[in-house]
Amino acid sequence: MSTSTAYAAHTGLAAARATGLNKVYGEGETRVVALDNVSVSFGRGEFTAIMGPSGSGKSTLMHCMAGLDTVSSGSATIGDTELVGLKDKQLTKLRRDKIGFIFQAFNLLPTLTALENITLPMDIAGRKVDKPWLDRVVETVGLSGRLSHRPAQLSGGQQQRVACARALASKPEIIFADEPTGNLDSRSGAEILSFLRNSVRELGQTVVMVTHDPVAASYADRVVFLADGRIVDELTHPTADSVLDRMRRFDAKGRTS
Amino acid sequence: MYRTALRNVLAHKGRLLMTALAVMLGTAFVAGTLVFSDTMGQAMRNSYSNSYSDVSVLVTDHEAGGFSRGPKAPDGKQQQPLTDATVRELTALPGTERARGVVAGFTGVADPKGNLVAEAWNSRGANFVPDGSGQDPRYPMAQGRGPQKAGEIALNRQAADKAGYHVGDKVRVAGNGAAEDTTLTGVFTTDDPQVSSGGTLVLMDTATAQQRLLEPGRYSSIVLTAKAGTAENTLLDEARAKLPADSIDLQTGQQLKDEQTKMVAGMVSGTKTMLLVFAGISLFVGIFIIVNTFTMLIAQRLKELALLRAVGAGRAQVTNSVLVEALLIGVIASATGLLTGIGIGAGMQSLLHSVNEGLPTGSLVLAPVTVIATLVVGIVVTVLSALIPAIRASRIPPVAAMSSGDIPTTQRGLVIRNVIGAVIAGGGIALILAGASGKGSGAQALLELGAPLTMIGIFVLLPLLSRPVIALVGPLLGKVFGTPGKLARRNAVRNPRRTASTAAALTIGLTLVTALTVIGNSVTTAVTKMVGSSMKADYVVSMANGHELSHDLPALISKANGVTAVSPVGNVMWTVAGQDRAVMGMDAASFDQLVALDMKSGSTGSLKQGQILVNDEFADKHQLAQGSAVKIEVGDGKSVDATVGGVFERNDGVSPIIAPNAMIDQYEPDAYVNEIMVKGANGPSAELKQSIKDATGRNPVIEVLTEKDMVDQFSRIITNALNIMYGLLGMAVIVAVLGVINTLAMSVFERKREIGMLRAIGLDRRGIKRMVRIESVVISLFGAVIGVLLGCFLAWAAARVLASDLKGLTTVIPYGSVLLFLGLAALVGIVAALWPARRASRMDILASIKTD
Repeated sequence: MSTSTAYAAHTGLAAARATGLNKVYGEGETRVVALDNVSVSFGRGEFTAIMGPSGSGKSTLMHCMAGLDTVSSGSATIGDTELVGLKDKQLTKLRRDKIGFIFQAFNLLPTLTALENITLPMDIAGRKVDKPWLDRVVETVGLSGRLSHRPAQLSGGQQQRVACARALASKPEIIFADEPTGNLDSRSGAEILSFLRNSVRELGQTVVMVTHDPVAASYADRVVFLADGRIVDELTHPTADSVLDRMRRFDAKGRTS
Repeated sequence: MYRTALRNVLAHKGRLLMTALAVMLGTAFVAGTLVFSDTMGQAMRNSYSNSYSDVSVLVTDHEAGGFSRGPKAPDGKQQQPLTDATVRELTALPGTERARGVVAGFTGVADPKGNLVAEAWNSRGANFVPDGSGQDPRYPMAQGRGPQKAGEIALNRQAADKAGYHVGDKVRVAGNGAAEDTTLTGVFTTDDPQVSSGGTLVLMDTATAQQRLLEPGRYSSIVLTAKAGTAENTLLDEARAKLPADSIDLQTGQQLKDEQTKMVAGMVSGTKTMLLVFAGISLFVGIFIIVNTFTMLIAQRLKELALLRAVGAGRAQVTNSVLVEALLIGVIASATGLLTGIGIGAGMQSLLHSVNEGLPTGSLVLAPVTVIATLVVGIVVTVLSALIPAIRASRIPPVAAMSSGDIPTTQRGLVIRNVIGAVIAGGGIALILAGASGKGSGAQALLELGAPLTMIGIFVLLPLLSRPVIALVGPLLGKVFGTPGKLARRNAVRNPRRTASTAAALTIGLTLVTALTVIGNSVTTAVTKMVGSSMKADYVVSMANGHELSHDLPALISKANGVTAVSPVGNVMWTVAGQDRAVMGMDAASFDQLVALDMKSGSTGSLKQGQILVNDEFADKHQLAQGSAVKIEVGDGKSVDATVGGVFERNDGVSPIIAPNAMIDQYEPDAYVNEIMVKGANGPSAELKQSIKDATGRNPVIEVLTEKDMVDQFSRIITNALNIMYGLLGMAVIVAVLGVINTLAMSVFERKREIGMLRAIGLDRRGIKRMVRIESVVISLFGAVIGVLLGCFLAWAAARVLASDLKGLTTVIPYGSVLLFLGLAALVGIVAALWPARRASRMDILASIKTD
């Protein structure tokens, strides 16, 4: 039931969509189903959180949607581009031009300055930097004074803000964030989350975030719950309490069944 | 603890592979050298002793058939020679089984084009002594029969094959006299190593040999074979009693063999030492790789080692665990190196044999010292190289095990290192500069001390140098190669120590290669200039064997078609102004047409007045000027008062003192002449050369060379020497390539997450490959550029010191070669990056970015 809701909600304005997505690892006795017929769509200009306990397949879903992993069957689209069947080269180009990434471990290049890290995707693509946009992004993340610093000279929160700016600077169709606050203290985490929310509200960015933290999820417009490779629930306009509540219910349900 | 070490070696097999290979190559070089030289030495000794097998006593007349004689000894009195009578007398000795009169001397063989078949020093003639059946057991005929009368010769098989002669062909031969056409009656084989290794041996009947090589009835030596039961020494004593004491040498077969053994040992040990030096260089290069590998491995295992410390391992235990790892690698690599080296030794021998069939061969010699030396060297080098990283490992604080997340690579301060490097390099450079501005052996000693110091100092300073040098090309890399170029450049300077030790391996090779090339090129250029600046003659006529030229040749040549000026070059040793000096004689009339001198005062025309010319150095030393009188003692107690007719600028193409031939002839009518200068009407040409050759009787031993031929001969020697050096240094370069591969592979492994991230945000596989490849090229070129600069500097200093012996020697950098070296270094970088780049580009993105 909720699968269909999650899929149908934004049919017209989907930035990314999965249809009947299956992902299976291994064969025979070691066969593990990571994604079991998942259909979900992520609306344009929306901040979606994917939640679920570890092993639920939330990261796998994100990796498949972002063209980092291959799917066993089904369809995954970014905008109107079908990812399934694309060659490595085309996937690379797609990631470069249409997707932004924020990782848990910041993943900045230590040899580059903050600014160079931010413009890296555009440098790789050989695209010109949109200067006013870059200035706005830098301003929004509050890094103006630290652009010439190397990652090693920045705090964890500052590094993750650089990573956010890097994801935003190339104006991708969609940003995937994988536990972006996992390595941060709560204050820095809150900063990053508000910043992500603002980028959706004010800049019209589409963000999909994988998290297991109800507080982080509460910053999103919509929360999609995954368990055992299936979408089991969905919540719009979440609060930390409502998310926690859902999770508890869902946990209990999981135990009783 | 030791189990941990073993586990570590097994766990990091792949990462230790390059280190093991580097050690293996170095030790293989050592073992190969030892095996090869032992085998070669034994084979040569056997081969020489075979050729002495029937010699019990050798009676030699050392006045007869000698090779190059310099200016004549004052007393030319004839000693009592060895004759048929002597042979008969010695045959009659109670201990003699057989006596054989041997005639030997220089005999050149012309190929169908009229050129010598072998080098002059290796062209020999001897007599054929048939027994009752017409055979000479010393020279078994493979085809035809032995020579029986004048006009017949037999030739050794290699020589006949080389020149394409068959039994019945006409062959032109020449001893020290005129050339003659002879008929080839037989081809024989011989195990005489000197002949079989590329020389020619012409056999004649005894009478002809005597006439051509010595004088009728005379032998150069007599070989006595003792009766069974007669000791060599007894026979020697018997023979000595019959012979005059002074000019005749007697040696037993054993003495001869001992002498040969010593000579072979000398020859082999020279080669061996040289090869071992290069093996040492390869091993030295290997040290950098070993240090680098262990440093990197320890950095990667920081947490693991800290954990060991945290659970109670002592510092010594941590150090030992690393050293045991090194020991294991050393043992495995040295053992493999030993086996490979034995293979190399065997391969070299068969390779040499295939190039020159005549070289002696024998079974492979594997001396115990080879095995022990190879293993000890390999193991000691590996363990000692790992010592510093091992001690560093023991300093890891246990608390490092507890720290979370990434451990930043601690950049220990380079200050101390830089200070030490600057002191050593500064001292070395100071010594070199002092040497370069000095002269003679003192300067040379300064250079010999300064050069290694400078090299070591520069190696210590390489991390410091890496940033500015690589920064120079930085903007270019970014522009040409985009983001991968920029990232590669940043990566290359990321860990200066690592970059430096990787590049150092190449720096060593390039420094040596460049220095040798620049010196070789400078010397060649100087010689070319020197010959060119003093010689106006078109051709120089000389004997290929360096012997004296017949005194009637100048007259014959001057009658040849197209010849306008001729002068024999006389050589005498006179005592000039109280000093024994070589005086060069030239015909006064043709002097200006043949030789060009920069006169500081006076003129060359003064030679016509019987005056002499001296160079400025000699003039300064003895306070001589134009018009000075100088006393010359011309031998036999006579002396002349000569006048200095002119002073010329020092020119190493001519002697410091030049006298007119007329003056020399007056006191020494048979002065030693080994060159005749010839000038033609229209410069050097094939016709002129031919007409000179015709005038000299088309003797293959007489060489007619242009100035360019002489320079070419010289530069060929230099080029050959350089090529051998390049080949030997090639091994060091291969080891350096392994080092680059090693560093890149480790770096790729360490930067796995960055590479994953780059792939995730859109850098394609090609971009990743390119990034690794450019980093490799940048590191290689950095090492090469430093090496080339250092090499040029050392060569410059060496040239300055050598300039006191060779005037006009200036450093001439062969830019083409230097560019080629840099190009090759870049190629080394590309080749070394093949595998690591491929690995980097194939990395699984998800596995790489995963946080553990």
